[in-house]
Amino acid sequence: MTQKNPEISKGIDWSLIGLYVVLSLIGIIAIFAATYRDTDPIIQSFFQFKTDYSRQFYYFIIALILGFFVLLTDSKFFTATANLWYFVGIIILLLVFPFHSRIKGTESIIRIGGFQFQPAEFCKICVALALAKYISRPETNFSKPKSQIIAAAIALFPSLLSILQRETGLALVYFSFFLVMFREGLPSIILIIGFAIAALVVATIVIEPNVLAIILTVIAALVIYFNRRTIKRNRGMLVVVILLWFVCVGIQRFAVPFAFKHVLQKYQVERIYSLFGKDNPYQEGEEEVTPDAKRKANQSNYNVRQSKIAIGSGQLWGKGLLKGTQTRYDFVPEQRTDFIFCTIGEGFGFAGSIVLLGIYLILLFRIITIAERQRSVFSRCYAYGVAGVFFFHIAINLAMTVGLAPVIGITLPLISYGGTSLITFTIMIFILVRLDADRHMVLR
Amino acid sequence: MPVFNQSRNRIIRLIFLITFIVIIAQLFHLQVLSKKYKRLADENAIQRTVVYPLRGIIFDRDRRPILNNTLTYDLMVIPSQIKGLDTAFFCGLMEIDTAEFRRRIINGIIRNKSFRPSVFEASLSAQKYARMQENMWRFGNGFYIQERPIRKYSYGAAANVLGYLGEVDSNFLKKHADEGYQSGDYAGMTGLESSYEKVLMGERGVKFLIKDNFNRIQGPYENGAFDTAAIAGSNLHLSLDIELQKEGEKLMQNKVGAIVAIDPQTGGILAMVSSPTYDPNLLTGAERRKHFSQLYVDPKLPLMNRAVLNSYPPGSTFKTLQAILALHEGVITTKTTFTCTGAFYGCGKPMRCLDPGVFNLTRGITFSCNTYFANVMQKVINNPVFPDVDSSLSNWDNYMYGFGLGHKLGVDIPSEGSGIIPTPATYNRIYGKGHWNFCTFRSVSIGQGEVLVTPLQMANEMAYLANKGWYRIPHLVDSIDGGDKFGLLEKYRKKINPMDIPDSIFEAVHDGMQGVVDIGTGRGAKLPGITICGKTGTAENYSHGAKQKDHSFFAAFAPRENPKIAIMVICENAGFGGTWAAPITGLMIEKYLNDTIAANRKPLEERMANANLIPSYMLREIKTRDSLQRIRKDSLDMIRKAIKDTLQMEDVPEEVLHPDTIIQKAPARKNDSAERKVTQKPDAIIRDNKKATTGNKKEGIL
Repeated sequence: MTQKNPEISKGIDWSLIGLYVVLSLIGIIAIFAATYRDTDPIIQSFFQFKTDYSRQFYYFIIALILGFFVLLTDSKFFTATANLWYFVGIIILLLVFPFHSRIKGTESIIRIGGFQFQPAEFCKICVALALAKYISRPETNFSKPKSQIIAAAIALFPSLLSILQRETGLALVYFSFFLVMFREGLPSIILIIGFAIAALVVATIVIEPNVLAIILTVIAALVIYFNRRTIKRNRGMLVVVILLWFVCVGIQRFAVPFAFKHVLQKYQVERIYSLFGKDNPYQEGEEEVTPDAKRKANQSNYNVRQSKIAIGSGQLWGKGLLKGTQTRYDFVPEQRTDFIFCTIGEGFGFAGSIVLLGIYLILLFRIITIAERQRSVFSRCYAYGVAGVFFFHIAINLAMTVGLAPVIGITLPLISYGGTSLITFTIMIFILVRLDADRHMVLR
Repeated sequence: MPVFNQSRNRIIRLIFLITFIVIIAQLFHLQVLSKKYKRLADENAIQRTVVYPLRGIIFDRDRRPILNNTLTYDLMVIPSQIKGLDTAFFCGLMEIDTAEFRRRIINGIIRNKSFRPSVFEASLSAQKYARMQENMWRFGNGFYIQERPIRKYSYGAAANVLGYLGEVDSNFLKKHADEGYQSGDYAGMTGLESSYEKVLMGERGVKFLIKDNFNRIQGPYENGAFDTAAIAGSNLHLSLDIELQKEGEKLMQNKVGAIVAIDPQTGGILAMVSSPTYDPNLLTGAERRKHFSQLYVDPKLPLMNRAVLNSYPPGSTFKTLQAILALHEGVITTKTTFTCTGAFYGCGKPMRCLDPGVFNLTRGITFSCNTYFANVMQKVINNPVFPDVDSSLSNWDNYMYGFGLGHKLGVDIPSEGSGIIPTPATYNRIYGKGHWNFCTFRSVSIGQGEVLVTPLQMANEMAYLANKGWYRIPHLVDSIDGGDKFGLLEKYRKKINPMDIPDSIFEAVHDGMQGVVDIGTGRGAKLPGITICGKTGTAENYSHGAKQKDHSFFAAFAPRENPKIAIMVICENAGFGGTWAAPITGLMIEKYLNDTIAANRKPLEERMANANLIPSYMLREIKTRDSLQRIRKDSLDMIRKAIKDTLQMEDVPEEVLHPDTIIQKAPARKNDSAERKVTQKPDAIIRDNKKATTGNKKEGIL
């Protein structure tokens, strides 16, 4: 099995690495455009560690070095240590509770020296590995619900910890591992039910509760009416319909309000409602309408509005690098991290945005192509894990900057400013490249 | 291996693709279809700022800047940026307590939000500025000093001539819709600042600036490609002599009245004093509003320019013109004599005269004989050449209009009054056609009755006499730097010579006027080494229906041989013309011709300057105001009206009209005969109206 490989470059998918490098460089340029000030001496500040773009540049170098080490590693190392990594990841995530420092409302960040480290970010790799490991175990039969539940638990446990750390954005990312499970045979009905519940939640937000209850009832009545013959033959059907109606109304009348009142943070509820242009109806009592809550709500509105203005003002061809008035003069908050896409949208317009989205789409498709050519289940699962995480990050981040999704703080992969994020995504890609280079092997 | 699931990779790709298409569709909507965001972005980030040029400087005849620009320093605060401030130390420097400090910060936050600058203290005093500048580094980014140009009246004089700036109101904006003013701008409200606004203002520039999310300016937009530069206003050069002006204001302090001095050769005004006046610098600084309202309600009406607005009965100064007219009409000669036995008895009720005797023209002027001029007037009106009094009075009117009376001269500052010259129409309306004769208006012959003139008109009269038959429209601005682009000065270049009157006639009158100063009623104006021609005037007047102390007038020009200054001095309610107005005239002439007051005349100057001749009714009014701390509403309304007239900005200067048309246009009066002598109460244009008894208010003001 062990094959001496004098050339580590053998079998490496250069197109994936090429896409990775292009995106990272676009990221550095975008951060440069967002934070450069006219007075900065470009060359000088690029090689000092003082500006954001020079930091990102150094993070990129570090990431490349780490990626290189990953390429040097034996593929079997990842299968062998997958569970260990998961364990380590969970431990670090737990360490956050006593050692976190509170930054921007989240409690998920550890500070070491001058650096901030977000374990939930890093933990995505661990979950991708561990999930792949679990599914690829010979004794796992993924068609059994028990295996599916265990797989879901592996994926969602860090998510739970993240929620406890008030880091909802990253917590949601772990749901992207359902993509792996879907690929590996998770019944479609689960996804359908998932979408149905999502649609119901959106309907709950958009439509007046009583009206929605009436609509649901009418739908149930119509279903019963049109299927009355089937129902005559089979009483069970009626029970199912009534149960469904009951569940729907229950979610709409009780589950969603409960979640909004007691599970989610107030500002998150505000953000969700502001996406649909509505006021949060779950404010009550004087304690709820604190100026702080108000400001946060306004802030999220403001972010999206400014983000849309910045992107919209780019028009077809954009204003050019460093010419964007909105992004250069700090109209868009968080524009080097979560709202980095504004810089591209304003500076390079619709054309530039299409190019960027195209590159991302090619990257995703490339990952799927790679996934499908793997002989070992582990590699394929891992690849889908990477695809899922990338897709979720890209889709949610872009949707939120263009005003299609509520503002949840997740980064744009490889482009947003931030060392942890960049290094995490780099390692994810390079592990994939390493595994892909050994695709002829069957890894267990 | 569940190979059967492989088809799902297509579903996954499809999901990816659909998601991306949805996002691209939204991008297409934002960036290509909707133009709204481009506009919003511009509104967000580009600020259009008007760049104000410096206003033009006003120089006097010796190129001394009398209205200049200076910088004032405002202490600005950005409340959100105050960090670690030693408040006690700061308050110590600013001489305020911490409560005041807090109040101002809160005010600033209320007005401009905490992250935008607001004024902490406007127009820092020199000491505070120095102290703050020195310690500015201690206060971080929260405080900074901002400079702002304001007007500076270097001599603190000529307030009513120069005028002041005020914030434009909606009326002004409506009137000047296309001239680039916007609310919050300042424009000249009166005086030269107003009438030469176009010249002084310069051209505004526009600057496009980029601002950030807190509206902080970040720099020029597109490196200033769309900016236009501001062009500074043109400077004005006046004929005014600021030293003479100051001398006049000094002499007129604590008096109510006016001085107008004109260079007869050019028509340029050398000095124009309206007393009481005010320090124009009060209306520039931070406390402009406060000072303005104080001046506005002051019973002494310092904001009113008496020199051009107020009309007075000219009194005996009027006699000089009657003499010219009578000689030219040929009804008398220089040899004609009339005997005065103490009064003029021609019309039943005697009209008193100063001292009896036999008077020829020269002596008649010199000793200001009422009887003599009543007889002259009788001859003029009852001149057999004319079929009736209507036509003879019309002829008289022609002369008066030609002399520049009864209509606005067209001086280059706003709110000029036109005075009144009675016409046949006036009398026909009051008495009915054919029911009046010479006796009806005999008092006009001595400058009383229905005739009213402004100080400016009287000074112009003197210029006309000095030039022997012509004048130029009195004006203040001699030249404009960079040329007269708007043609504002053209009308002041023309000689106005309405009637061709031989020099000999003027010489005769000059003889009489020289006598006035040498041996006659105006000896107080006498100046060694200079031949002054002058004429005293003492005008009866009434206020609140009660006879007030006479107005003291003196009109003169000098030197006789080569007139360089024509001057008119009026001291309201000061008494005999020779007592106050004549010495002041003498001092003014001396100051102008000799540049200084001779040492032996200093005591006279001091006596004149220190005399307090504020009329008793005005003192009473001040007292009333001070004790009651309020002003009767009606009087306030009238003051407002007077001020509004002073603020008129767009007076179309009347051309010198043809006498015939003027006669038709001449103001009519509705006085009844009993009140005829009570015509004018100079102080009292306003009070008169307040009483609303007689009807001559409008004419009085306009």
